[in-house]
Amino acid sequence: MEQLSVGHLTGIRDLTREDILTIFQTADAFKQVINRPIKKVPSLRDITIANLFFENSTRTKLSFELAEKRLSADVVNFSASGSSVKKGETLIDTVNNILSMKVDMVVMRHPNPGAAQFLTKKIKAKVINAGDGTHEHPTQALLDAYSIREKLGEVAGKKVVIVGDIIHSRVALSNIYALQKLGAEVMVCGPTTLIPKYIGDLGVKVSHNLREALEWCDVANMLRIQLERQDIQFFPTLREYSQLFGLNKTLLDSLDKEIVVMHPGPINRGVEITSDVADSQQAIILNQVENGVAIRMAVIYLLAAQIERN
Amino acid sequence: MGFAFFSICYFFTYFLFTKLQMIIFVVMEPQVILNERQIALTLQRLCHQLIENHDDFDKTVLIGLQPRGVHLLNRLKLLLEAKLDKNILCGNLDITFYRDDFRRREKPLIPSVTNIDFIVEGKNVVLIDDVLYTGRTIRSGLDAILTFGRPGKVELLTLIDRRFKRHLPIQADYIGKTVDTLVSERVTVDWKELEGKDEVNLYTMQQNGTA
Repeated sequence: MEQLSVGHLTGIRDLTREDILTIFQTADAFKQVINRPIKKVPSLRDITIANLFFENSTRTKLSFELAEKRLSADVVNFSASGSSVKKGETLIDTVNNILSMKVDMVVMRHPNPGAAQFLTKKIKAKVINAGDGTHEHPTQALLDAYSIREKLGEVAGKKVVIVGDIIHSRVALSNIYALQKLGAEVMVCGPTTLIPKYIGDLGVKVSHNLREALEWCDVANMLRIQLERQDIQFFPTLREYSQLFGLNKTLLDSLDKEIVVMHPGPINRGVEITSDVADSQQAIILNQVENGVAIRMAVIYLLAAQIERN
Repeated sequence: MGFAFFSICYFFTYFLFTKLQMIIFVVMEPQVILNERQIALTLQRLCHQLIENHDDFDKTVLIGLQPRGVHLLNRLKLLLEAKLDKNILCGNLDITFYRDDFRRREKPLIPSVTNIDFIVEGKNVVLIDDVLYTGRTIRSGLDAILTFGRPGKVELLTLIDRRFKRHLPIQADYIGKTVDTLVSERVTVDWKELEGKDEVNLYTMQQNGTA
């Protein structure tokens, strides 16, 4: 009988190790539920959840919506394109309008770092951060760590390298926090321009050589180059990037051990990872997506348990 | 100054003799309802009753409710398999997400494992739990088992039936022992593999604060 130490999920940084383990234990049960003939439980019958997506998303949005529906919650969806945001409405106004329609929980993706944290101070509903700019993406990190645990037995003591556009990646930051709390060693790898100058302060190793990083690690998490967030040129060409930091079959097979390959999606095939690697036995990319629903059900269930009845 | 010290002492002593007594008040005194020999006999009888109704268990599955019903299930499974000399389909069912008290307790319940790796559709299901009290757990269990398909028939087996305390119109088909209890009382079932001995205890609230 555990309870989360936080009232909202804005980032992994606020969670304790025990919180993460509670979420994993709950997710184990939900993973069984979503493999039954009837994939639905009635726990959240009287809860309404709003999904507010101010930024594009396929996986996360679908995954959250499925998780909510499988918990029997009522769901309303909102996306910034085609809404009054374009007419100049502020975030607080938009959210308060939605909340006056009696919504208990808000799942939000927003392009600005700290948007979810800001929202928790302004509204009464529970907030789950589904990605805030370049800051955090907590449910992605939870499902990544959960998938590593599922594949390798445990996270503690494992070596994980995160490769690619670290400076623009909310997945990288959340993953670093989550993996370190669970006792894993983390390394980041990429061109110098895409790695934050002081990232070593978080206690991670830094490498600029992909082969060296892969030889060190048990798990490689390949990130996408986020061209939409890059206002200046960070490297000469995509072709050069993929030759230096792209993961291909030849490189993977030349290692003297089998490493696990992960990717948070969406994949740019041929840039950070080649098709034959993405579709290989070593890649657990689709397991990550499956686990995403179970993890999100667990997070929503544990936070909903704190909502007061009226 | 002296008066202040005196009054602090006074109130402290007052607290010791009144409030603390209230705390000592809630002491639960156990009383053995079933001992090891009696439990063994009761389990034998329950097995024979099950065989009477289900013959060779061709279309019957036993489902233990998590967490405590599972241990009773394991015992019955061993006995039944020895008597019938065949494997009996058994599964564990966790009902956490089907409970009706979500958001009504202080902390959320963390679920246990469900493992039902056979088809429930059309089977005769015997739900197994150690204590039947309000009937709310069994109602959740009925909801939960229906998500695995439509069973032919569902029955209920319980080791202890706390009569007259039902919140819902639910009764057991097989009963180990029926006891009349007060709401303030508690019944616990101990198993050798967990607590070191087979024993059913009834805990009664002591009225005198002299413990």
